Amino acid sequence: MSSTWSTENQQRAEEVLGKYPEKRSAVMPLLYIAALEHGYVSNDAMREVAELTGLTSAQVQSVASFYTMYYREPVGKYVVSVCTSISCYLRGADDVLAAIEEEAGVLDGETTPDGLISVEHVECSGACGGAPAVSVNWELIEGLEPDKARDLIKWLREAKPEVVFGDEMQLLFGGRPSFDWGPKEIEGAIAPLPAFSPYGTAKGEKR
Amino acid sequence: MTDKILLSRMEAHPADSNTIARYLDTGGYTALRKALSKMEPADVAAEVKASNIRGRGGASFPTGVKWGFLPPDTRPRYLVINGDESEPGTFKDRMLLERDPHQLVEGIIVSAYALDVHQAFVYIRGEYPKPARRLQRAIDEAYEAGYLGDDILGSGFDLDVTVHLGGGAYICGEETALLSSLEGRRGEPRIKPPFPAIEGLYAKPTIVNNVETISNVPWIINNGGATYAAIGPETSSGTRVMSLSGHVNKPGDYEVVAGLTWRDLIYDIGGGILDDRELKAWVPGGASAPWFVPAEHLDTPVTIDDIAKQGSMIGSGAVIVMNDSTNVVGAAHRLVRFFSHESCGQCTPCREGTTWLERILARILDGYGRPEDIGLLLDVSDNISPGLRWPPAMTTICPLGPSATAPVVSMMRYFRDEVEAMIPGGHGEVADGR
Ligand SMILES: Cc1cc2nc3c(=O)[nH]c(=O)nc-3n(C[C@H](O)[C@H](O)[C@H](O)COP(=O)(O)O)c2cc1C
Ligand code: SF4
Ligand code: FES
Repeated sequence: MSSTWSTENQQRAEEVLGKYPEKRSAVMPLLYIAALEHGYVSNDAMREVAELTGLTSAQVQSVASFYTMYYREPVGKYVVSVCTSISCYLRGADDVLAAIEEEAGVLDGETTPDGLISVEHVECSGACGGAPAVSVNWELIEGLEPDKARDLIKWLREAKPEVVFGDEMQLLFGGRPSFDWGPKEIEGAIAPLPAFSPYGTAKGEKR
Repeated sequence: MTDKILLSRMEAHPADSNTIARYLDTGGYTALRKALSKMEPADVAAEVKASNIRGRGGASFPTGVKWGFLPPDTRPRYLVINGDESEPGTFKDRMLLERDPHQLVEGIIVSAYALDVHQAFVYIRGEYPKPARRLQRAIDEAYEAGYLGDDILGSGFDLDVTVHLGGGAYICGEETALLSSLEGRRGEPRIKPPFPAIEGLYAKPTIVNNVETISNVPWIINNGGATYAAIGPETSSGTRVMSLSGHVNKPGDYEVVAGLTWRDLIYDIGGGILDDRELKAWVPGGASAPWFVPAEHLDTPVTIDDIAKQGSMIGSGAVIVMNDSTNVVGAAHRLVRFFSHESCGQCTPCREGTTWLERILARILDGYGRPEDIGLLLDVSDNISPGLRWPPAMTTICPLGPSATAPVVSMMRYFRDEVEAMIPGGHGEVADGR
């Protein structure tokens, strides 16, 4: 076990390793935990995952580099991902991206100098019925129009939420969803990675 | 019989359809009890086969037939549920996972029993943490209730289920790429054969089925395969969740019985065309599918076979509607850009071809198109998929590359004049279009 990790993250790693018949299969979840530990998938992070899975660092690097969600450079506290695939494009996603870039003061693929917000365009987010769709640390907002997108960026800057909840953002900034979301979620994101236990989520009672 | 199968619980009980209490209260886990106490595994598989259900993940392959490919003697076997859902236009599995996860969990347990599987995986795309959380909670509840784990309901049958999150790569929805990814490798498709049923996860026999496909299994076991088969046309049995998006007034997921017309789907169910404009074209089955246009297709039936006969596919059931304000080059560019971005890069025609198509479309869009670009687009497409027919000729390991030609060929077939009009120097002298 990588002894430099927090006890909590070591426990997370152990839980993940127990879920697969072969250690190698845990490389993807472990990369998320390593990202939680380091803030992004650094070289150290990949070395530690290699140790845990019995792979070489090069093998882990070749896996990590295949996927888009393992950020190998530091990213902002909030990664704002704007879907610009076909259904969102047809419903004005390019204007949403432009509004977000302007409000955040950075271009697609960049991070604000204070390290708070990264902006990226992504392919289909599975929210095409609620286009245009945007997510913050993979917590979704549907039906986000350009004006509200600006408000979202302002809110992130001012409120700096420690935990990001999709339901809260949808209520504040969203529009028509793909479908009725049903009950509110009790867990949210604490870092720019999918908020899924055991990779790291926080529970909270949010409006 | 047009009752809903998959969405009835979430529509009747929006506040708590995802909880085990509500699931049990509405007939949940009766199929599991029935299967474990009264049926042999082979009987369960026979019901699924009799239902004639065809996979909802894109390829429409008959599920019962696929299950029959498992070699009888090799163990262990695995069941892998495909929740990678990343085909632009598709958002049905997300709803099924978030709003009725127990329906899927019960389907997994019953299917695993039928297949003599003791370890199942659900591969969910990384961008879907909320669906994964909802499913994990349902799995935890099922363990607590004794529906998962060792000696399920005293039957002697054991099953564990692991939820695995992807890392943001559409190609991992392709079943062999998914298995590579689940093994902790790059998500690169493998050459078939061997098919996963023979040599899948960890080189063991593996059944890969879509979230929606397996969510139907509890109903099939409760009501009988023949009852399911009797819903809708013979070769498109049961109901299907169609995702409607783009320029319709009421986008959303709708559970329908095959056989309605496109007019019914787009105008009645979808509420008609956004901004009261004219319908220009639609993509009938996810980004990979060749387009349909009103003059030829609006009054034709929505069934797997009717769509295939007309040179397209129902795919993942994602219908993307474009009204007459749509710039077809812009739309084709967005679709091709997706495939170019998601190409895993193993096959030259796919890697190079999709990049070229994207660039040519981008320069036409930017006003720098050249008269020869019309021919070039078709030529590059023809190199990726010789003959430009449908289903496409395969020059590649998986169908992603050939799929990328569908938007280009569709655009040229129906809207060539609009493309030519965007090219300075006017209507070109160029090669044969189709
Ligand atoms: C490029 C590509 C992407 C795919 N993406 C998905 C997907 O996201 N979800 C899915 O269920 N099937 C997807 N498929 C189809 C799977 O390969 C496979 O046929 C399916 O999961 C089998 O399940 P079914 O028989 O229940 O449909 C994809 C296929 C290709 C070629
Ligand atoms: S066709 Fe494209 S995505 Fe499929 S295996 Fe080849 S390069 Fe990869
Ligand atoms: S196209 Fe934007 S969410 Fe699917």
